[in-house]
Amino acid sequence: MSAKEAILARVRAAGVQSAASVARAYRKNSGWTRTEILEQFAERTAEYKAEVIRGRESDLTTLLEEVCFRRMLSRIVVPAGLNVDLPSSLTAVFDQPPLTPEQLETCDAVLTSCALGIAETGTIVLDGGPGQGRRVLSLIPDTHLCIVWGRQIVGSVPEGVAALEGSVRAGRALTWISGPSATSDIELSRVEGVHGPRNLVVFLLEEGT
Amino acid sequence: MSDGGIHPAKPFPEAAHLTLQDGQMRRNLGHATRTIRAKREKTVLELPDWEELREAGSSLKAHVMANLEPLLLQLEQSVTRAGGVVHWARDAEEARAIVTRLVQGTGAKDVVKVKSITTDEINLNGALEAAGIHTLETDLAELIVQLAHDKPSHILVPAIHKNRAEIRELFVRELGLPDLSDEPRELAGAARTYLRKKFLSAKVAISGANFAVAATGTVGVVESEGNGRMCLTLPDTLITLMGIEKVLPQWQDLEIFLQLLPRASTAERMNPYTSFWTGVHAGDGPKAFHLVLLDNGRTRVLEDEVGRQALHCIRCSACLNVCPVYERAGGHAYGSVYPGPIGAILTPQLIGMEHENANTLPFASSLCGACYDACPVKINIPEVLVHLRARAVEHKKAHSSLPTLEGSAMTVMAWVFGDASRFAFAQKLARLGQGPLVKEGKIGPLPGLLGGWTETRDLKQVPKESFREWWGKNK
Repeated sequence: MSAKEAILARVRAAGVQSAASVARAYRKNSGWTRTEILEQFAERTAEYKAEVIRGRESDLTTLLEEVCFRRMLSRIVVPAGLNVDLPSSLTAVFDQPPLTPEQLETCDAVLTSCALGIAETGTIVLDGGPGQGRRVLSLIPDTHLCIVWGRQIVGSVPEGVAALEGSVRAGRALTWISGPSATSDIELSRVEGVHGPRNLVVFLLEEGT
Repeated sequence: MSDGGIHPAKPFPEAAHLTLQDGQMRRNLGHATRTIRAKREKTVLELPDWEELREAGSSLKAHVMANLEPLLLQLEQSVTRAGGVVHWARDAEEARAIVTRLVQGTGAKDVVKVKSITTDEINLNGALEAAGIHTLETDLAELIVQLAHDKPSHILVPAIHKNRAEIRELFVRELGLPDLSDEPRELAGAARTYLRKKFLSAKVAISGANFAVAATGTVGVVESEGNGRMCLTLPDTLITLMGIEKVLPQWQDLEIFLQLLPRASTAERMNPYTSFWTGVHAGDGPKAFHLVLLDNGRTRVLEDEVGRQALHCIRCSACLNVCPVYERAGGHAYGSVYPGPIGAILTPQLIGMEHENANTLPFASSLCGACYDACPVKINIPEVLVHLRARAVEHKKAHSSLPTLEGSAMTVMAWVFGDASRFAFAQKLARLGQGPLVKEGKIGPLPGLLGGWTETRDLKQVPKESFREWWGKNK
């Protein structure tokens, strides 16, 4: 008998009776208005030590220039499909041909878009769609600059999970990011900055000028 | 430890007797668990539907246990369709052999590891080292444990028994960093520098899994530091070891656990990083993915109608952080990688109630019930503890020809309590018999079986008159 057959036979022999149906009486929505959703997202993302910058679509280039100057970032990884006008003070590094991890280490930051944001938990999710690139791009550089559109932000975790179902079914890898890399391993207190990017800057943009 | 990390080398009372003498460890644990308890309460209270989420988590896990066979078959199919390879392991030995063979197949001599208590359960590192393969733990707490040649003492933070000063000393000695301070930020930075090169050159990574979705073949790892992302993204080959009970039916089910797990474990609204992958992704991440499904006693737990709820555990460690026994005795006293209240019901069931050291674990509790209240999937740990105590006593009775002293005393008591006149007579007898033991209205330390109780507590003397006697006179 193969290991698989043996394990499944033991599962069958345990004879677990069908249980009652799954109780899903929890909230599906946050119950917040659009304005509250954006405010909560900004507040909660910042609580996890990410820098949140709010602005209009037309301000992005200026905002980028200001942040990169202040944080002394010049070489910026730009994934395919990101339609952003980089300020002339920055050097764009493209992932074509694919950058090696060592090359990524020489870059100061990566600029990506995202699949969505979740207000209740201050989370952004990347699914490898246009402007997000391979997972490694947002992992090695020490600063992650992420563009989130107001319309991409949902209130609750169940709303986020539902919105990502298509990506999962399409076989895409997901990365959920809530603040910069952190650890609670020393005395169970949270400190930021271990292996992932130690700095996370979120540009929360709304359409228009 | 030859057959993995869940076989206690001593009975709990004996092991706890030793750990209780370590005052430093007790202070460290007290500090860490107090910190997390206060934070957790705040994060949980923020959700108005926490109880509904717990109920959902509990009923969903019960549903999984009742449908384990079709779900595992579906998971195998989905993972295979997405380009992964599924392996099945009956026990620790088989799992170690599969993983060792897979690593050897790549020719790699080093592997990086994401924190996984399941790999500790089967003592995977020992087996790989024996085969000449060096394993490097990349989670900060696991790295601390590995560098100190220590054992994990907590599910979430295996090095919880060490404070910052002890960790600093270890890093100064093992990583050769004499100028390091004991600031947690600086200690984390030291780990970052030490591991960075190893991540970039690693060819094989080994991880555990928090969830695997049967319908889509999607596997998830929840973490904080980014070491998980490094291991899941950079190497060419990824090997994931997962207990068969971790399977979930649908992607949608994650809406429950991604709310319950971070808040219950690190008291965060969401942990910093969660990775989901589905088989192999062209041009992104590992080129080969192996999923090893592990039984190792889980089907034995499944057989017990009361005890099987232990398999609902999502390894958040909330029950450890609220347990008065864990807080004082420490994780090492449990002699297993699964310590605390959940360990007390999981370890003996996984390896069998006949294990003479493991079957002392269900007694490592005051049955205060804090673990049940804290559990995000509502495992009734006190209920299982009492159930397993009964099983331990039955096992003892079945395997000893002589009745135990405790057993005989209980038989006599049952006879006395079974009849009103016998009971009344016994009360009279106690009143007469206590005479020489009573001092100033109290009974002090007693010999024999009652010694354990009376060593630290005085008993009240038996009253001059029982209620029945009083009622007889005054009704």
